[in-house]
Amino acid sequence: MTGRLRLGAQAVAVTAVVLLLGLLVWKVAFGGDNEVTGALASGDTPAAPAFTLERLDGEGELALDSLRGKAVVLNFWASWCGPCREEMPLLQEGWERWQDRDVVFVGVDVKDFRGDARAFLEEYGVTYPNVYDGKGSTVGRYGVTGFPETYFIDRAGDVVFRIAGPVLEEHDLDEGIERALARV
Amino acid sequence: MRLLLAACLLGLACAGTAAASEEHPTAAELESELVCPVCDSTLDTSNAEIARRMKVRIRERIAAGATKSEIKAEFVEQFGERVLAEPPKRGFDLLAWVLPLVGGALALVAVATVARGWRRAGAAAEAQPTDVPLDPGLERRLDDELDRYE
Repeated sequence: MTGRLRLGAQAVAVTAVVLLLGLLVWKVAFGGDNEVTGALASGDTPAAPAFTLERLDGEGELALDSLRGKAVVLNFWASWCGPCREEMPLLQEGWERWQDRDVVFVGVDVKDFRGDARAFLEEYGVTYPNVYDGKGSTVGRYGVTGFPETYFIDRAGDVVFRIAGPVLEEHDLDEGIERALARV
Repeated sequence: MRLLLAACLLGLACAGTAAASEEHPTAAELESELVCPVCDSTLDTSNAEIARRMKVRIRERIAAGATKSEIKAEFVEQFGERVLAEPPKRGFDLLAWVLPLVGGALALVAVATVARGWRRAGAAAEAQPTDVPLDPGLERRLDDELDRYE
């Protein structure tokens, strides 16, 4: 009887270890964190993870898929982030220069209060679409490492370029957009 | 009887404190129950800018007469359930509460089983007869060895 109990306990322990190992392998292989940033670093142009988020600049939601066919400048920011303040005038100015050339700018406000975010957009006179991601659901899938961070997506919906940190030079912004437009 | 009375009084005191905390929460207790979404530590230990803003919001809502549940619900609506320091007791998050109890119970069962096995083994060893006659050849050899040391 004791031998049978011992065997049963060993079987339970081995099963538990195997399950935990399986969970670890699944998390590493399919956990989804750092997908885009990791792929870009290895020279790939991964598909931009889809999202549908509520708009900060008006009613309803905005789906990234609805912008297919245009180059997208996707900027992750938050009103509490100092460097985001530094780059915002340049982004707005860039939007004004590029908006008539099949380019869309989209801001994603992350882990922030809606009211603070709207006040921020108003303060900087931002006129391009902005969405709200208070829970940070997009952060892991894109592999955002800090704020701000900007991804450039081509017309087919693939990410071709990324700028970590604030975009402070016009030519950096233009380079990303030109790379996105260059891909058919 | 006295013990029962004391337990009842303690229960009533705890219920009263919980009700007061729900109706009139303090900023300190909410700051220890909510997590900064950027640094993943509780608000009372975080100096991040978003944590500072959250602390200000908590004080504003307390001043406006909001209950603890209302304030927490507002934060969950903005930042998701990860803003709660303690996972909710439902759905998948229930596992965080149940698994430690199940693990503890399994460990107790395992310890009890092993202890019972040891006790049985000890009892069996004690029951072994100690006056078993030795093999005559072995006994002779043992006597010879002992003689050599005398």
